[in-house]
Amino acid sequence: MPLELLDSPDLDANKREGLWTLNFGPQHPATHTTLRLVLQLDGEMVMDAEPDIGFLHSGFEKLGEVLDFNQYVTIVDRMNYISPMANEIAWHHAVETLLGIELTPRCKYIRTIFAELMRLHDHLLCLGTCVLDLGGATAFMYAFNERETIYEICERASGQRFHTSYTRVGGLLYDVTDDWVAMVKDFVRKFPKVYRDFSGLVMKNRIFVERTRDVGILSREEAIAGGATGPVARASGVARDLRRDEPYLAYDDFDFDVCASQGGDCYARFQVRMMEMLESIKIIEQAIDKLPQGPIFAADTGKAGMPDKKEVYRSIEGLIHHFESIMPNRQMQAPKESVYAATESPNGELGYYIVGDGSFRAYRARTRPPSLMHFALFSKLIRGCMLSDVVAVLGSINIIAAELDR
Amino acid sequence: MANQSTDPKSSEIETVKLRLSELLSGISLDWSEFRNQTRVICPAAELLKCLKAFKAVGFDQLTDLTAVDLLEYGNVNDRFEVVYCLLNVDSGLRLIAKTYLNEPDLTIPSATSVWFGADWPEREVYDMYGIIFAGHPNFKRLLLPDEFQSFPLRKDYPVKGRGERHNFPVITRAES
Amino acid sequence: MATQINKQLGDNIFLTKLDAAASWARANSLWPMPFATACCGIELMSTAASKHDLSRFGSEVMRFSPRQCDLMIVAGRVVMKMLPVLQRIWLQMPEPKWCISMGACACTGGVFDTYAVVQGIDRFMPVDVYVPGCPPRPEQLIRSIIDLQEKIQSGGTVNAREFKLRILPEGPARFDEDELVRIRERNGFKLEDQKYDPVH
Repeated sequence: MPLELLDSPDLDANKREGLWTLNFGPQHPATHTTLRLVLQLDGEMVMDAEPDIGFLHSGFEKLGEVLDFNQYVTIVDRMNYISPMANEIAWHHAVETLLGIELTPRCKYIRTIFAELMRLHDHLLCLGTCVLDLGGATAFMYAFNERETIYEICERASGQRFHTSYTRVGGLLYDVTDDWVAMVKDFVRKFPKVYRDFSGLVMKNRIFVERTRDVGILSREEAIAGGATGPVARASGVARDLRRDEPYLAYDDFDFDVCASQGGDCYARFQVRMMEMLESIKIIEQAIDKLPQGPIFAADTGKAGMPDKKEVYRSIEGLIHHFESIMPNRQMQAPKESVYAATESPNGELGYYIVGDGSFRAYRARTRPPSLMHFALFSKLIRGCMLSDVVAVLGSINIIAAELDR
Repeated sequence: MANQSTDPKSSEIETVKLRLSELLSGISLDWSEFRNQTRVICPAAELLKCLKAFKAVGFDQLTDLTAVDLLEYGNVNDRFEVVYCLLNVDSGLRLIAKTYLNEPDLTIPSATSVWFGADWPEREVYDMYGIIFAGHPNFKRLLLPDEFQSFPLRKDYPVKGRGERHNFPVITRAES
Repeated sequence: MATQINKQLGDNIFLTKLDAAASWARANSLWPMPFATACCGIELMSTAASKHDLSRFGSEVMRFSPRQCDLMIVAGRVVMKMLPVLQRIWLQMPEPKWCISMGACACTGGVFDTYAVVQGIDRFMPVDVYVPGCPPRPEQLIRSIIDLQEKIQSGGTVNAREFKLRILPEGPARFDEDELVRIRERNGFKLEDQKYDPVH
C-alpha cells in the first residue's frame, strides 16, 4: 500500500482535469443492496465520491401516518432488515415515551435480550459480508451459522424467523416459554467458542488487517459534527452509548462496558463491533439468569395494552379489552405533543420523532436512521483511498439501504 | 430519556437557557417541556443566529433534522414546522429546536455552515416537503428521482401517489 | 440385428429430442443473478449459506454480471427509481433466461402500497415463478428453483421458441382501483392539482 500517497493526497480542484468517472452500483455485489456511487478516479486513487441514494425509497414515513402504533411495527421491521427487532424496540420505545407507559420488568428483560441478540445478528452479518467482499468466503459461512441459531430463537418466541413484529405498545405479542429460555442459555453457552473461531479467522487475518487498517479514517471532530453514532463514532473515540448514557429498558441493571477505539479506521470499526459482541453476550447472560416472572403487559396501560389471548377467548372482559385496543374509534388517545426518543440500535442511534394528534396513530413518524448520517460521511472517508478500499469502507460503516432511504 | 429528569440535567438546562438569553438578547425564544424533553421555538427570521448560538453553548451534534406538515393538525396557524434535534455529545444534553414556516415563502437558511451533518437531512426535507434551504452547497433532491414533481410527505399528497409508480414501459417476454 | 447393435453399444446411446437434451442441461446449471434489493436479499444469502446450501440443487453460482447469468432472482421491493435499472439488467442478460420474483414485495408490492413502490414487477417485465412470503423462507426459495427446473425441462426448446409466444404483458391489467380513484379525482374538484395523466 503506497502510504506516502495516502498521507498527502493532492485533492485540489485545479488538478481535477483528466479524472476518470466510474459508476459504482446500484447493482454491485459489494453494495449488498442498492447504493450508487459516482467515483472520480485519478488512476486508482479515489479523488471524490458522490453517493446517489433513493433506490429503495418506499414511503415508510408516509405509511407511518396511515397505520396505528401497533400496525406500523410490521413496517418498521422492514427498515433495518439485518436486525429487525431492534427497529421494533426503538419504535415502541418512542411510542411508549409519547404515551407515558412504563413497562413491566419481564417485558423489559425480554426486550433487552432481543435487543442484544439483534446486535449480534447485525455485527455477524456486517463482518461476515465485509470479509466476503474482501475475498474470504469462509467467515461468511461461520457468521450465517450463528445467525441461523438466532433466527430460530426469534421464531420460537414470535412465530416468524425474520420479520418478527413481536413488540406491542406496552408489551409483547406473546410471553416467552421455558424452552425459549433454554435455547437462549444454550446459545450463550456455545457462542464464545464460535466467537473465538470467527475472531481468529477474521481479526488476525493478515489480508483482512492490511486491507482495513489506515483506510477510511474518520476523526473525532468529523464524527461529532457529521452526526455519526454507534460503532462508527465509538471507533473514532466518541465513547457515547445510549445504553449507558440514557438508560432505557433494563440496561441499568446490568454490568457491561462501552467499547471504543481511537483508531477511526475501518479496522477500528470492525474491532469495536467484535468487542461489542462479547459485551452483548455478557448482557444476555445476566438478563436470562435474572429473567423476572410476571405479566408482560403493564397493568396501567389501559386501552393501549393488548390482553392475554387466553383472556380474550375465555372471558367477556378480555374480549372487550381486546376490542377496545383494536377498534380505531375506541383506542387510547395519544397526547397532542411531540417526542424524540432514541435507542442504541446495532448501527447507531435509531431515533423516532413522533407527533401525536390525539388519536392512536402518529401524525408524523420520523425515523432518524443511523445509516443516513454515516453514508453522508462516506465521501469524506474515501477521499484519497484506493478503488479497492471502497468495498472495505462501505462494509465498515454498514449501510442498510432500506433504513437509509426509507 | 426517563433519566433526564435528574437534578444535574435540569440545572444544566437552566445554565443553557441563561447563556442563550445573553447570546440572543432581543430574540424571543419560547421554551416548553414534555416528558423531560426541552423544546424551544425560534423565530424563522433569526434562525441561523439561534442555531449558531446553540452550537456556541455546546450542542455540537445535529442528531436529526426533519419537518412536519401541520395542514391537518388543527388549532395551528402555520403550515410547516422544521425540527432540529440537537445533542451535546460530552454532557448528553438534548434540545429540540423548532421553527415555523408558511406557504408562499418556504425558504430558511441552511444549517450546513453550523453542522455539516445537516447536508443530507436538509436535502431530504426539501425532497419530502419542498422547503428550500438557502445557502446549501449541493441543493437537489436526495431520495426521489429528479423528474418527480410532487412533495410526497405533504398531507395533500395521497399515500398511493398520483400514478407515478405505474409510469414505465412494459417489457414482454417475446421482445426481451 | 437389433440385439447385435445393442450388444456392441450397450448403454452408450440415448435416443432423445434435442429440445429435451438442451432443457436438461439448462435446468441443471442455472446461474442466478441475485437482484437483491431488500430484506429478501438477506434470506437469499441465507439460502446460499451453510445451513440451507443452495448448491445442492445446482444453482449456486451467483454472478453479479448480467452477461453471465440466466436466472434473475428479484429479491425485495422494487421502487420507481430502481425499476429502470432492473429492466436494463434484464435486457442485458443473454437468452434463454428466466426470472423468479421472490417475496411479496416483488410479486405485488406487499405491505408497501405507497407512491414509490412498483406494485409487482410483473407489470413491467416477464416473471416465471412467484415465491410468496415476507420474506420467503430459504426452503421456499429452494422449492421455487426446483419448480423452475421442472418448468424448463417440461417446456423448454433448444432455440427458445416457447418465449416467442409470450407477446402480451404478464402482470395484472393497468387499470386498477387506485387509478379509478384518481380518474374520479380528476373529474372532480382536484382537476388543477393533476400533474400526471392517470391513464397511460
